[in-house]
Amino acid sequence: MFRPIADLAASGALSFTFDGRPMTARAGDTVAAALLVNGITACRETPVSDTPRAPYCLMGVCFDCLVVIDGIGNRQGCLVPLAEGMRIETQHGRRHLTEASE
Amino acid sequence: MTPIASIEQLDESYDLLVVGAGPAGLSAAARAAELGLSILLADENPAPGGQIYRAVTTTPVKNRAILGEDYWRGADIVARFERSKAVYAPRCTVWSIGPDETAPGAFELGLSLDGKARIIGAKQVILATGAQERPFPIPGWTLPGVMTAGAAQIALKSAGAIPSGRTVIAGCGPLLYLLAGQLAAAGCQIAAVLDTTPSANRSKALGAIPDFLRSPYLAKGLKLMLTARRKLRFVSGVTSLTATGEGKLASVQFEQNGRTGTLACDTLLLHQGVIPSVNFSNAAGCAHDFDTEQHAWVPRVDAWFGSTVPGIAIAGDGAGIGGAESAALRGEIAAFGAASRLGKLNEAERDRQATPVRAELDKKLRGRRFLDLLYKPAPQFLAPPRDETIVCRCEEVTAGQIRDAAKRLGVTGPNQMKAFLRCGMGPCQGRLCGPTVVELIAETRGTTPAETGYYRLRPPIKPVTLAELAALPQTEASVKAVIR
Ligand SMILES: Cc1cc2nc3c(=O)[nH]c(=O)nc-3n(C[C@H](O)[C@@H](O)[C@H](O)COP(=O)(O)OP(=O)(O)OC[C@H]3O[C@@H](n4cnc5c(N)ncnc54)[C@H](O)[C@@H]3O)c2cc1C
Ligand code: FES
Repeated sequence: MFRPIADLAASGALSFTFDGRPMTARAGDTVAAALLVNGITACRETPVSDTPRAPYCLMGVCFDCLVVIDGIGNRQGCLVPLAEGMRIETQHGRRHLTEASE
Repeated sequence: MTPIASIEQLDESYDLLVVGAGPAGLSAAARAAELGLSILLADENPAPGGQIYRAVTTTPVKNRAILGEDYWRGADIVARFERSKAVYAPRCTVWSIGPDETAPGAFELGLSLDGKARIIGAKQVILATGAQERPFPIPGWTLPGVMTAGAAQIALKSAGAIPSGRTVIAGCGPLLYLLAGQLAAAGCQIAAVLDTTPSANRSKALGAIPDFLRSPYLAKGLKLMLTARRKLRFVSGVTSLTATGEGKLASVQFEQNGRTGTLACDTLLLHQGVIPSVNFSNAAGCAHDFDTEQHAWVPRVDAWFGSTVPGIAIAGDGAGIGGAESAALRGEIAAFGAASRLGKLNEAERDRQATPVRAELDKKLRGRRFLDLLYKPAPQFLAPPRDETIVCRCEEVTAGQIRDAAKRLGVTGPNQMKAFLRCGMGPCQGRLCGPTVVELIAETRGTTPAETGYYRLRPPIKPVTLAELAALPQTEASVKAVIR
């Protein structure tokens, strides 16, 4: 959905996975930006109707960028800087108590 | 400036806590530090700059022509802040504020950084949390591929990324034209700009022209408009918009003069102006009024941008939209106010130092009214006429449900609506539905937004994890700050 502007190198320096698929992005990008430049259409499914959603505001306001990062859910992808080796996953529906949040 | 990398590095308390590192917060913090206050500036973004100057020190966009000279001016504001003695906590969200039970007149604020929370004390607080884009509820605005224009600008500034396919930009307001120009300069394929500025606004704005002609907006605004119009396909007088697609955006339908059109596109960028972000000031208990010209809730402030809660000031676009340059000046004035309340500056000195800043501020605000009147959104984009339009994106509540509850069940205000339909109870805490819910209730009941009121918000103003709360030192006061 997004691409780097012409004078930026297309491939990035950080490796991460999204739903198990290996990807790369520029160091300095947020998680949401990294997903957008990797052509990811949707990053979560809503709790009410399981409808796919994607980042909408990129400024911390809408919460449509919620993803699971390294096992912890409800993270705002547009505010979290991407880090090497991050395991990012689609957030499906409602959150449940996990070991990490107990 | 001392940057903070982990929350443990913070002191127990500061003279002044500034929330937000946009032009208002950066200028307030720099000025207050220059006046000898101990300052913590906390901002949830990884780098200073706020919205307009987002990522100005870290952006990968090196070609200065793409973002324009107004953007690069932010580097000076950041540089002044960096020379100050303030403490700076990036990636740090401030999620609660309440009185400090042990120190009358002072505050306790809940802060989180890297999944760890702490309660920090402050004698004075300046909220410089800025503005957000006005919600733009149209059928299909929840589809992946539909974003705000501001989001595309953020992707460009902070990640050097632009929409990769056919892009349509829709809405109204100076920022829409600015963004269209910036994206075009960055090489984005813009299929059309669908302009929704109501033609009836022109006559209403006429009275404000004399001021506008003497304002800094004029030259800048005309230039933006002309560059965007010269380069791009403009469709003006658009009265209806619908985004469609299966699981993601495929096209946008629009109406213009009773005719309909369809544009296939991969990205639709929506924007109809900005409104103050009121979640924090509302949860802090500050009074707000409905400003009919800006058509938004605005916190009530005094000459020093002090809110109705003594000790909490609100500077920048969060105190009413005035633009980036006025945001910085309002930050300065709020800092003079805070310093004088702390006894670091006597009143005569405060007034003397603030006088030239006020004169400058008056100049910068001149002409604003014209923009507010000209770009006031059309009623159908404030209160969506089609019942199926989702209004609360989090809880998926539609315009039809809200109208029905207002009409049949006699729901008179947004807080009651929340109890009936759950709108405003999702993670965004009403940021994306509040203004529309108010508008729909007012329209259905034949009242005004001012009479209808707004959501009553409570801290935490951002979701905090159980782990963060559990790890807090459990003094009585800190429990109260969270559970109120
Ligand atoms: C998306 C967007 C793009 C814009 N782009 C432009 C532009 O290109 N040109 C222009 O002239 N105007 C622009 N504006 C208008 C904008 O309001 C500017 O006038 C200016 O940025 C206002 O400055 P400020 O200091 O008041 O707030 P902002 O610059 O908005 O800064 C507020 C800061 O506070 C932070 N913050 C908010 N709440 C919290 C919290 N609870 N905890 C921690 N941090 C918090 C935010 O992350 C942000 O960094 C834009 C507005 C928006 C919403
Ligand atoms: S995209 Fe809106 S909160 Fe992250």
